[in-house]
Amino acid sequence: MSIDLSQFHQVFYEESYEGLDAMEQGLLEMDIEAPDDEVINTIFRAAHSIKGGSGTFGFNQVAEFTHVVETLLDEVRSGHRAMNQSIMDLLLISVDCMRSLLEELQAGDDPDLSQAKDLKSQFESILNSDSEPAESASDGGDNSGGDAVEDNNDTGGKGYHVHFVPEVTLLQTGNEPTRMFRQLAEICDNQMEVVCSFDRMPSLTGMNPEHCYLSWDIKITKAIDRHEIDEIFEWVIDDAEVIITELSGDADSAVNSIEAKSIDSSTPQVETVVEPVEQKEIASIVEQKETAKDPVKVKTKSSPPESSSIRVSIDKVDSLINMVGELVITQSMLGQLGQNFDISRVQRLQEGLAQLEHNTRELQESVMKIRMMPISFVFSRFPRLVRDVSRTLNKKIDLVLSGENTELDKTVMEKIGDPMVHLIRNSIDHGIEMPDVRASAGKSETGTVELNAFHQSGNIVIEIKDDGAGLNKERIHQKAIENGLIDESTILSDEKIFDLIFQPGFSTADAVSDLSGRGVGMDVVKRNIASLNGSIEVSSETGMGSRFVIRLPLTLAILDGQLVRVGEEIFIFPLVSIVESIQMDDTAINKVGGHSDVLQLRDEYVPVVKLNELFSVNIEETAVDEKIIVVVETEGEKMGVVVDELLGQQQVVIKSLEENFKKVEGISGATILGDGTVALIVDVSGLPKMSGTSVKQIESAHKAA
Amino acid sequence: MNTVEDLDMDETIDADQLTTEQYLTFFMEGEEYGVDILAVQEIRGWESATPVPNSSSYIKGVINLRGTIVPIMDLRGRFDLSKPEYGPETVVIVLKIEFDKGSRIMGVIVDAISDVYDVPINDIKQTGIGENKNARFIKGLVTVNKSMVILLKLEQFVIFD
Amino acid sequence: MAKILAVDDSASMRQMVCFTLKGAGHDVIEASDGVEALKLAQGQSVDLVLSDVNMPNMDGITLCKNLRQLATYKFTPILMLTTESTGDKKMEGKSAGATGWIVKPFNPDQLLTTIKKVLG
Repeated sequence: MSIDLSQFHQVFYEESYEGLDAMEQGLLEMDIEAPDDEVINTIFRAAHSIKGGSGTFGFNQVAEFTHVVETLLDEVRSGHRAMNQSIMDLLLISVDCMRSLLEELQAGDDPDLSQAKDLKSQFESILNSDSEPAESASDGGDNSGGDAVEDNNDTGGKGYHVHFVPEVTLLQTGNEPTRMFRQLAEICDNQMEVVCSFDRMPSLTGMNPEHCYLSWDIKITKAIDRHEIDEIFEWVIDDAEVIITELSGDADSAVNSIEAKSIDSSTPQVETVVEPVEQKEIASIVEQKETAKDPVKVKTKSSPPESSSIRVSIDKVDSLINMVGELVITQSMLGQLGQNFDISRVQRLQEGLAQLEHNTRELQESVMKIRMMPISFVFSRFPRLVRDVSRTLNKKIDLVLSGENTELDKTVMEKIGDPMVHLIRNSIDHGIEMPDVRASAGKSETGTVELNAFHQSGNIVIEIKDDGAGLNKERIHQKAIENGLIDESTILSDEKIFDLIFQPGFSTADAVSDLSGRGVGMDVVKRNIASLNGSIEVSSETGMGSRFVIRLPLTLAILDGQLVRVGEEIFIFPLVSIVESIQMDDTAINKVGGHSDVLQLRDEYVPVVKLNELFSVNIEETAVDEKIIVVVETEGEKMGVVVDELLGQQQVVIKSLEENFKKVEGISGATILGDGTVALIVDVSGLPKMSGTSVKQIESAHKAA
Repeated sequence: MNTVEDLDMDETIDADQLTTEQYLTFFMEGEEYGVDILAVQEIRGWESATPVPNSSSYIKGVINLRGTIVPIMDLRGRFDLSKPEYGPETVVIVLKIEFDKGSRIMGVIVDAISDVYDVPINDIKQTGIGENKNARFIKGLVTVNKSMVILLKLEQFVIFD
Repeated sequence: MAKILAVDDSASMRQMVCFTLKGAGHDVIEASDGVEALKLAQGQSVDLVLSDVNMPNMDGITLCKNLRQLATYKFTPILMLTTESTGDKKMEGKSAGATGWIVKPFNPDQLLTTIKKVLG
């Protein structure tokens, strides 16, 4: 039976990457002084599974390397070795090393083994240092397990005699002598004699029916490999007296030499040690040949099918199956109804259609949910990043994560990781000060970087906040002048100055640091986020820290929408952004400074914009009090939006307008209505900017003036 | 299809086929324009589109093309020609246009569809376009059946921003 | 043919084992750790249990001990899938009541040959 093992590779890679993530996370969580057993076990298990899997699926380079990692972890786990910083560092680097080995293999490339070799020798020197002399060096990644040790190629000239006296409890291990004899019979083509002995049989009253009191003497009269007999008795050797003797010319004298030839798992191995080594060399030569044989095939599939599969929790799949089941029931109900339809059944038809609508919507929601994954998949890589970067810089930093379970679309998630890495590096590198600087500023020596994610107005919002020095306004301003981005006389609001850091070619770090200054600037971050239809903003306070806010649309998600009419057009407001809708009343509107309208809403004043003006839609002049003000909230600010009419509310699927067209100010996307026409979704957070009525903007305009 | 051309094609050898391109042509204000037929996804009648706020006047809006949002461009508007009345002959050519950042689908409103021609690449002339402000949209000129066809450079049309 | 309970926390190993066993005509029940396996085992009897040793929630050794407490599993062959080629894990398995072991890495053929020893 031959089975193509490559069909399991994809799953192996996926679970190995997960295992590596778990190892990394466990290592980062670990208290070196008093490591938690469960954490160490988790780390060990991950390494163990990777080793087992890579050996099974033919990735011996990975298996060999992982073996030393596993051996060391096993010593830590069993308490034979104390965890320390250098072991921890070595283990973390090994995680990276294994990851890149796997990535190279997955891409179909020959893995670069230089780092693995180097690390392996480091592991070996630790393993050989103090605790028990490691048998691991020669044991590394052996394929044949115990077999190699007892390598015994004797072929009995005439056959064997086997004396088999099991312990009475043998059956309770699930071993069954009759099965063993059957196998023996198979390998020697029935050329054997079995003599059963009842010596140990107790009296009937003393008999335990679950015990085995028999013992056997077996004479095999065929010249077979001794090995094969050993294998049959391999599992019972410790629960039985098994004596195998080669039959010499005189079969009956064999019994005399029993003891000399007894097989024991601790049989001295000296003479056979050489052999497995040779085998291994041969194996590696064969391997090299094989890789050299078809280099073309290896190169052609060099990009791993990264996002081709998605792991979905069984709950989500179950709920899908349920819903499809319901849909089928509704469909057959409607089908029956249609067979002999008359007008009296209209009501049932309507009910059926309502049911169908309900089913369809639920199904659609569930399907969408499949693509949604918690952002913890992205967040989980940051503890390591923060640790590494802060160690390099000798800074003390706590990373605080919240909102890890906030879900977002898988494709968005895959693309947001890199910009976030950059922002976090930036916060650590430029934001958080050195411990002594912090101390003299009266702050705790340990800086804090906070990551937070939550849903707001149909967006996912990701905050990256640090309590560092904050952005240096003067320096940014100065730099912008030097770089010719603005001229000296330009006076800008704080917000505008901070925005300058997103300009192409802008870098404030005096010396290009090893970390952030890799030729990737904030402009690239901004561009990447914009390409996801998202936005980024920064706010900062000198001495208190900076806060970056990334807003991303849930591009593939469904949105609860409020349909409104403006002139002849229909627009959709995300329901979550609407605070309330009120009938327009002219007396509640005041003109401020001659042009900007302000609505008095109970004890608040709210700026008011007319959607037809913002979106240049022609409308017929109607009486003011027929209009509706939709009060929306975005970034903590309220705003009134004047529309002609409120239509229904419904769930809509967000479609990209940018895919074939471009980003449109004030519009976050489009959707298709029930009649097949397109309606545009209002980007509530973009409205204040469009109208110039944001409270902040008004304020900052005053400041700037 | 032009039957004469068809017959010719059957008789031509492979090498010649490599050097011809097929163009779908249409009329606009009396002139005949051609687009690479490989870019043509479908031709549909004109239906109203959803206007997009604050976009150029030649963008008539967006439509739902089997679940994808596709912008519709009025080619007359793009070329600053006179405003047409949309009639029963008015059609939308849906094009899938490859450009340096990928590909985009868009609909182009034209007066009427004309024909499909095989155009030998060597016959396409770059001359004669001159200092026309719409020159960037034009790939070249070619003479078919003694009249001139203006071949369009499609990738220029999908750069909206 | 035989009804086999396969227990492994690694999805790829489980897939490989199941695919191989099913391909050989066996009925396979899967579990991803000892707890799940024990729950499945309590409702039915099987002809063979194949279990990984290192698993979260409940490891293979503990699973083995627990299975042996169940009347239906008193004599059921239990094979441990183990990578430890050093003797002590095998001993631990044996003393927990395991029938035998299969050393990882193994290939489908080796797996089928080995389980033949305890089936039928």
